[in-house]
Amino acid sequence: MKDLDELRQGIFHGQKRAIARGLTWIEQGRYEGKLLAQQLFSHAGHAHVIGITGAPGVGKSTLVNTLTLHLRNQGFKVGILAVDPSSPFTGGAILGDRIRMQDSVMDTGVFMRSLASRGHLGGLSRATFGALTLLDAAGFDKILIETVGAGQSEVEIMEMAHTTMVVLAPGMGDDIQAIKAGILEIGQVFVVNKADRDGADHTVRSIRSMLALSSEHPDWMPPIIKTVAEDGRGMEEVSQALERHHQYLIEHGLMDRYRWSQTEHVIEQAVSDLGERLIRQARLNSDWAKRVIDVGEGKIDADRVAEQIWHQSVQEE
Amino acid sequence: MIRVLVAKPGLDGHDRGAKVIARALRDAGMEVVYTGLHQTPEQVVDAALSEDVDVLALSILSGAHPTLVPRIMELVRENGMDDLLILLGGIIPEDDVENMLSAGVAKVFGPGTDTNDIVRFIRERVKDE
Ligand SMILES: Nc1nc2c(ncn2[C@@H]2O[C@H](COP(=O)(O)OP(=O)(O)OP(=O)(O)O)[C@@H](O)[C@H]2O)c(=O)[nH]1
Ligand SMILES: [Mg+2]
Repeated sequence: MKDLDELRQGIFHGQKRAIARGLTWIEQGRYEGKLLAQQLFSHAGHAHVIGITGAPGVGKSTLVNTLTLHLRNQGFKVGILAVDPSSPFTGGAILGDRIRMQDSVMDTGVFMRSLASRGHLGGLSRATFGALTLLDAAGFDKILIETVGAGQSEVEIMEMAHTTMVVLAPGMGDDIQAIKAGILEIGQVFVVNKADRDGADHTVRSIRSMLALSSEHPDWMPPIIKTVAEDGRGMEEVSQALERHHQYLIEHGLMDRYRWSQTEHVIEQAVSDLGERLIRQARLNSDWAKRVIDVGEGKIDADRVAEQIWHQSVQEE
Repeated sequence: MIRVLVAKPGLDGHDRGAKVIARALRDAGMEVVYTGLHQTPEQVVDAALSEDVDVLALSILSGAHPTLVPRIMELVRENGMDDLLILLGGIIPEDDVENMLSAGVAKVFGPGTDTNDIVRFIRERVKDE
């Protein structure tokens, strides 16, 4: 596995090409990708992962661009993942978030990658988890991950972030949408972008009254910040809020707890891969058809068959 | 999954053609990264590298292809991106096509190209994993 070794070294040295190729392996869900993500995991756990979600067009990518410039000035290395939906019909996708990020991405301290959701169940969250692990192991201090806050898979992604920032814009009725979609519950920082437009204060008030109703946040009161992502207004407040939340997580032992549950998750994934491998082998076995018939006719329980399959594979090894 | 970067290097301000191509490739089941107008060669190659695309589709209407394309090819080589398939579309005079091909462009698609031909060409040349 010379290739894998080389790639890993390249990633540790922060080489763009190695990082990019590693992400491709992970995204493709290939065996090498799984192996790479596993090997990198113990080198990860240092980055602060920030989720950025909100309705289409509120200015998430523009905000990521301006925030990245700001974070670079503070000396942080910044990794960016932007997830866009794949077409459910053709599997294709147009990934356009990079358009708004051109000012920040040329810097060697910044790496940006567009991901398509690729439809397949659970595949996206696994690919995203692997991608976060890789960028973390590559030494990025802050990892920003942009999603359009809509479906279940986006919520799953936001659960991988230490800090979730919900972005809204005035006059789009998306404060109501956000409340319906349940994304107010997942935010630790709220941003009302396009504050150069009318109605920003109204949006701030409606978020505030919604937050007052929910008792989700016993000791962290989510700040609500007005920004103009296009010219950088409010960005200082945003980066301070993110830093304060990071400190809060550290002081309350939540970063460590998060790392623990991520590690558990890695083990769970490995176990479920093992299960998949077992079932693949069992299907190739000559007694598979008989087993199917027997379970169907009630001659044996499926649980018992599972045990047989497991014992068989242990003996073969 | 085939990944394509549709890029518009140079100063011309029209990206209708590029967007038509992007949509056609998406509809053919490819993942298309689009980076907008006015890209420098450095930005184009940086995006191709980071996004690890199989195909770089350049659209140039400004007539600046004789300088832009060789510079892009130079950066592609510097970064060791040997397996990248490079296509060129837009307004490229007949006399320049040969030069573009010898600079490393795999194929030049003129105005009025059927997008299906582009899809077919990509599918022939890139193995989809
Ligand atoms: N007036 C105003 N426009 C803005 C601001 N921030 C972004 N925009 C514009 O809003 C539009 C959408 O911006 P994006 O950054 O692409 O929004 P997005 O949320 O990433 O969009 P999707 O990724 O498509 O969901 C662009 O035309 C931006 O120029 C702002 O602060 N004020
Ligand atoms: Mg965006």
